Amino acid sequence: MTKTLKGIAASDGIAVAPAYLLVEPDLSFNKTSIDDVEAEVSRYEKAVADSTSEVENIRDIAKKSLGEEESQVFDAHLMILNDPEFTGAIGEQIKNSKINAEAALDETAKNFISIFEGMTDNPYMQERAADVRDVSKRIMAHLLGKKLPNPASIDHEVVVVAHDLTPSDTAQLNKKYVKGFVTDIGGRTAHSAIMARSLELPAVVGTDSVTKDVQDGQNMIVDGLDGDVIIEPSEDQVREYKEKGEAFLKQKAEWQKLKDEPSVTADGKKFIIAANIGTPNDMPGVHENGAEAIGLYRTEFLYMDSSDFPTEDAQFDAYKSVIEGMNGKQTIIRTMDIGGDKHLDYWDLPEEMNPFLGVRAIRLSLQNEEIFRTQLRALLRASAYGPLGIMFPMIGTLGELRKAKSILNDEKAKLIDKGVKVGDDLQVGMMIEVPAAAVLADQFAKEVDFFSIGTNDLIQYTLAADRGNDSLSYLYQPYNPSVLRLIKHTIDGAHENGIWVGMCGEAAGDSTMFPILLSMGLDEYSMSATSILRIRSLMKKLNTEDLKELANQACFVSETAEDNEKLVNDLIEKLTK
Amino acid sequence: MEKRDFHIIAETGIHARPATLLVQAASKFGSDINLEYNGKSVNLKSIMGVMSLGVGQNADVTITADGDDEKDALDAIADTMKKEGLAE
Repeated sequence: MTKTLKGIAASDGIAVAPAYLLVEPDLSFNKTSIDDVEAEVSRYEKAVADSTSEVENIRDIAKKSLGEEESQVFDAHLMILNDPEFTGAIGEQIKNSKINAEAALDETAKNFISIFEGMTDNPYMQERAADVRDVSKRIMAHLLGKKLPNPASIDHEVVVVAHDLTPSDTAQLNKKYVKGFVTDIGGRTAHSAIMARSLELPAVVGTDSVTKDVQDGQNMIVDGLDGDVIIEPSEDQVREYKEKGEAFLKQKAEWQKLKDEPSVTADGKKFIIAANIGTPNDMPGVHENGAEAIGLYRTEFLYMDSSDFPTEDAQFDAYKSVIEGMNGKQTIIRTMDIGGDKHLDYWDLPEEMNPFLGVRAIRLSLQNEEIFRTQLRALLRASAYGPLGIMFPMIGTLGELRKAKSILNDEKAKLIDKGVKVGDDLQVGMMIEVPAAAVLADQFAKEVDFFSIGTNDLIQYTLAADRGNDSLSYLYQPYNPSVLRLIKHTIDGAHENGIWVGMCGEAAGDSTMFPILLSMGLDEYSMSATSILRIRSLMKKLNTEDLKELANQACFVSETAEDNEKLVNDLIEKLTK
Repeated sequence: MEKRDFHIIAETGIHARPATLLVQAASKFGSDINLEYNGKSVNLKSIMGVMSLGVGQNADVTITADGDDEKDALDAIADTMKKEGLAE
């Protein structure tokens, strides 16, 4: 019976292969006392011998398929299996306490695990606790007559199905045969999702129930593009999805050729395609997708992933590592955007009736100057390591901008006084996401080095619709002429005053929005790293001459968002034919 | 029975790779070999025992060997200690 599950698309691509259930059997047991001590000891010794030959076998397979280094963990397991203080002690305990082997194993293992885990100043020893746990599980499984999954010994193509995948699980996977992952839990940033993307394997996470819905060996389709999982698909479905997978790979290979190419239109006009990031861990994706800059580094994760306000040095380290990682290309870092829907456990802020219209982003920073100053000092110090742009979010009035800038300049002067180096090429810019700022863009442009348009907020404030409210989702209209006029007005205001303007909302990577923005002359397009090559490829096909009229039509002739969708789609179809 | 003292100089103490090598060296001999540190004694042929002692830098340890090949065993262990930069 074919069954379809929906999850979160965590890593692109399509896989079709039998399921491999990476699920641990139930290893619970009862503690009993025994009479025949000799029989119990020999039952235990047999479990150790069986475990030893099993691990030797896994190690040999792992050495061949994963390499020497990955197989060393199994050498460590063998050493523990044959360790006189460990397995020897268990035999002694069976004899002395007359308890069953399961109980003796469990007690001895727990004892060693707590010793190793207690060495908190020594991460190496703490990891050894995991080895002891793995070895004990294996002996326990043999004692109980259960079978442990052995991911390292997979020798045919499979889709790995698990509740969740931990780093130690994935380290033992034979990647040659693993075609995809599906898990019960996790989101796009879970370890399993990140691992899948770095291995370029299709993955769907957060299906809730896949480990219960699929049986070992059942054929399954993983659609990491749309987040679908199909168990026991029909032949037609297999054919259809294989074609979808091939088309994706072909397209990907095509896009991949553009990784080190500049972002140019068909008529040779050059623009910047940049990446949005949340933490320094996102840097590999930035490079793999050929970003020409970082257009938005969201610093709020530094605050959200920590149990107290991040120190100036901790912030400095994070900013510096990103700036240095860009090797001379520009990094735009946005000061913290806390408030609205983003809260900190350790910062008790008053509850508001309308958080999105409340004290958030720059408003919060200006009301909590010390916290703001700490961040600015970290940014200023980091600016010595490469071209940096500091960007203020949610600026609505010139007064706010001037206040923020004067605090920045004050900290800068203090640092320079102390002999601390600050970058000469530091730029100061602002987000355009409050309609009031978009309307007065020409005036703001005289006081900053750049603008970056934040579309999600600009849209929700222009249409006065909470973007988190599902029943108002129809009002999230990036192509609405009102939004487009504000964007055009912002770009024109910037260019009249000789500054550059970018966009760091998801709209920059939207295939329908992109031609309109290009027509308006937007300078920089910042998006999820995974969108970059798709947009660069689209850009190459477009000639700015053909798009000359598009901006005016979209802003002043079209009446609705739907008009604009049709306008762009018709034009693209005509141009790319 | 043979007995020898060592002063541990390695920055990480007897951990990880060096511990493994000591155990491997000891396991080649028939003698009973023990490592004493901080009033506790463990079988030097046991990686778990050695690692559970948590011997750090500047620790003073004693190794004893008892058996037909006790002298050769201690020589081999001293050799490993020196080669791995564990002790003087």
